[in-house]
Amino acid sequence: MNFQEIILRLQNFWAGQGCIIQQPYDVEKGAGTMNPATFLRALGPEPWKVAYVEPSRRPTDGRYGENPNRLQHYYQYQVILKPSPDDVIDLYLQSLMDLGIDPQQHDIRLVEDNWESPTLGAWGLGWEVWLDGMEITQFTYFQQCGGFDCYPVSAEITYGLERIAMFIQNRDSVYDIEWVDGITYADVHHQAEVDYSHYNFEQADVASLMTMFNLCEKEALQVMKAKLVQPAYDYVLKCSHLFNLLDARGAISVTERTGYIGRVRNLARMVAAAFLEQRRNLGYPLIKDPALREQLINSEEAI
Amino acid sequence: MAKDLLLEIGVEELPSAFLPETINELQQLTRSSLENYRLQYESIKVMATPRRLTVYIKELAEQQADARIENRGPKKEIAFDKDGNPSKAGLGFARGQGMNFEELEIRQVGDVEYVFACKTEIGNATTDILTELLQGIITSLPFPKSMRWGNFSMRFARPIRWLLALFGSDLVSLQIENIASDRYTYGHRFLSQGKLEIKDSHQYFKQLQDHYVILDQDERRDLIRQQIQKVAADMNATAMHNPELLEEITYLVEYPTAFYGSFSPSYLQVPAEVLTTSMIEHQRYFPLYDKAGKLMPGFIGVRNGNDFSLDVVRAGNERVLRARLEDALFFWNEDTRQPIEEMTRNLKEVLFQERLGNLQEKVDRLAVMARYIGQQLSLSEPDLINRSATLCKADLLSNMVYEFPELQGIMGRYYAQHSGEEAEVCEAIFEHYLPRFSGDNLPATATGTVLSLAEKVHNLTGCFAIGFRPSGSQDPYALRRQALGMVNIILSQQLELDLKDIFATAYDCFEMVKPDIDKTTAVNELNDFILQRLRGILMERHYSYDVVDAVLACPSSNITDLQRRVEAVNQLKQSGYYEDFMVVYNRANNLSKKWEEDSYSAEVLVDDSEKHLYQQIKAVGPRIEQAVEQHNYTLAIQQLAELRPAVDAFFEAVMVMVDDETLKAARMGMLKQIAASCHLIAQFNKLVQ
Repeated sequence: MNFQEIILRLQNFWAGQGCIIQQPYDVEKGAGTMNPATFLRALGPEPWKVAYVEPSRRPTDGRYGENPNRLQHYYQYQVILKPSPDDVIDLYLQSLMDLGIDPQQHDIRLVEDNWESPTLGAWGLGWEVWLDGMEITQFTYFQQCGGFDCYPVSAEITYGLERIAMFIQNRDSVYDIEWVDGITYADVHHQAEVDYSHYNFEQADVASLMTMFNLCEKEALQVMKAKLVQPAYDYVLKCSHLFNLLDARGAISVTERTGYIGRVRNLARMVAAAFLEQRRNLGYPLIKDPALREQLINSEEAI
Repeated sequence: MAKDLLLEIGVEELPSAFLPETINELQQLTRSSLENYRLQYESIKVMATPRRLTVYIKELAEQQADARIENRGPKKEIAFDKDGNPSKAGLGFARGQGMNFEELEIRQVGDVEYVFACKTEIGNATTDILTELLQGIITSLPFPKSMRWGNFSMRFARPIRWLLALFGSDLVSLQIENIASDRYTYGHRFLSQGKLEIKDSHQYFKQLQDHYVILDQDERRDLIRQQIQKVAADMNATAMHNPELLEEITYLVEYPTAFYGSFSPSYLQVPAEVLTTSMIEHQRYFPLYDKAGKLMPGFIGVRNGNDFSLDVVRAGNERVLRARLEDALFFWNEDTRQPIEEMTRNLKEVLFQERLGNLQEKVDRLAVMARYIGQQLSLSEPDLINRSATLCKADLLSNMVYEFPELQGIMGRYYAQHSGEEAEVCEAIFEHYLPRFSGDNLPATATGTVLSLAEKVHNLTGCFAIGFRPSGSQDPYALRRQALGMVNIILSQQLELDLKDIFATAYDCFEMVKPDIDKTTAVNELNDFILQRLRGILMERHYSYDVVDAVLACPSSNITDLQRRVEAVNQLKQSGYYEDFMVVYNRANNLSKKWEEDSYSAEVLVDDSEKHLYQQIKAVGPRIEQAVEQHNYTLAIQQLAELRPAVDAFFEAVMVMVDDETLKAARMGMLKQIAASCHLIAQFNKLVQ
């Protein structure tokens, strides 16, 4: 099974479960969780089921294309099920079987792993899923997002696509993954990995990045004043990525680190609050039962 | 009549780290609930796997025990009016108890008579209570971290997915959020399909066994241990003894199968601690050793399942480990490319503590403190101390310690050896973190001892200076552990260290950070903090609390000396001169403890007995002083005990409290002198017979 077939199968599987198949978000981000289809939609009372591939950037993980297991750019397959269904683990296991992974032939374990994103003010409890000792998925029940309690609770399933592909194709290096007949992962991404490693670690201009961070923060605040939720969120994502770049460049001391994280978290909180307000003002259109919607809005007004 | 009760809470995979404590909590909660509901039973057993918590109560009574209830009402004089008829208050109490006034009893409590409502509450049928009782247990079971799921507000460690509750063969009806109890359980997640109907507890145990669930944690643990021993024996190897890892794996699997895997011997060039940490921490494997105790290129993993296609599982695990070890080898090669000294260059980039600055600043302070301590103890050489202090934090900047923080110190020693540093320096780098946990080794080299003390003095003083002292369970910088470490090091080597002087010197190094707490206060707090730890350690060593408290009531900042005094007082209590000594001490101390004046004139003494006592004190005084100076407290105590005949004679012959003020002052002065000598050792009035 080649790389794109794995993705296509996952798309089909989760489409079959009633998920909206969204596309990657067009701003750089460290993980699929930061896509507004997760970060914003996990907030508030409306149900939401979505699945998408997310290209993710972690500048500090770059290894100049020399390490067979580490990349500064890689792909996640992200699923959000809100509220988390009772059979969510069974659904996940079925998706593995759809990829040809038979749990009886392997050792599949759910090992406690709690997720926290200080920059997003978000945390949840769950597991990392081990397949014969290899971590292939992060599974999280969101408890808080942007500092707000999640109710209902979303289940987040994040597949590490490269790891699953390496496993299925029995490859020791991520670069040897077959993307499609005759084309490897290296053909698609290797040179960019090398170039980005040089950029992230050596070439990125610290002064410019700092200026850009400050500008993006200012723009986020400015846009927030106009209550434009997603445009403001774009600048939060940019701040987050710029912070990661500065970090990779070794430009942020430990003391400053806490400060930067706090600044991004502040922005994320503001956006989360504005999103909640916006959905309320819209009358929670995704709650299809009018009686339920009415009841919810009335009870919120009572508070 | 009695029947077995079975409760199974079916859950998504619970964190393995919670389970040992959860089993205890569930056991206690069940026991106390049954007691509260007055339900008799034969035994309670709690069992747990990642996917289920099971409570099995053997022979649970079908009927609550009757309860004799005795409620005290108002005083008799209030319950009756002055004519002896029931008062309003009396009638009200009876009504509140659902009784007629005539049925109340009158009883005496102490000197007062009260009316009492005494009645027997007939026990209910157990079946009427079980719903409330079991739901109460499930909803009040505590976890270190709990979560919500779906649309629900219930909190539990992980989502609850089914409930099985049977009393004998009858279903107990429970409802937790959307889950109603039923007669079904589930077997192993992958080796069993669909739900299993359960008639009663016997069938439950049988069904789980048949469907690849080893329910009893003790049985599972034993099985894993045996499997590991067998696999290791087959490979002519010994698996690492690691009870924590065994415990964790016990709660990660429902049906264990141990298997052997190998890795390329070429990775053995990486230090053994790195390989074993990677195997244990990342992969939960048991490392293997050969007969000579050398690490072998193999491991034992434990699968959650049977031996079906075990080769596939083995190959997968070997590949994952290979990637991990490849990383470790890469880090090792990277880190050893340059001498350890090069790593220290970036110490200023790493924060030690927000107020206390970066690691370079810490290292600079450490060097000053360590040299001073070394000088005070006449241990090690300034050059060795300086070199060790300079290098001791270097490994925090290595790739390896970034990846495996628990290898700090261990890697530092390897890098220092690799860079050709002196052996003493290499050891000191490792030893300055010792002891890392209760029962850990203490530093053995002179330089390691000095640097280890300096490390702890530094952290304690820095934190106390900025007002961070541990309170209750809050001790984020592990200051208690560090203080305990100091005490253990000092006592084990009988080091003579004036701690107040050391803390004061350390405090001066923190002037730059503008401490919130002034020097005298900080130094006194630090010394007290150490003495509290010392108290705990001495009690652990089975000195009785009164001996320890008597000595600590005469504090010192030399804890080795305090320990010697404790030993001397302890001996005193078991000795033949104990009584003599205590008579001398008590007679002298009781009368003179409020006397302020030290000086007196011996010329005014008149009676032979008091002149004799004075001569004795004059003769013995210097000997006691000398004994104390030489820390020979037993000798000092014996000298004091020998004063008894003179003291007794004195008290028989004279009255101390006379009108003649100068004479009284002389008599008091002598007694005070004796008491003061005793107080060089302890406050003996704190001793318990």
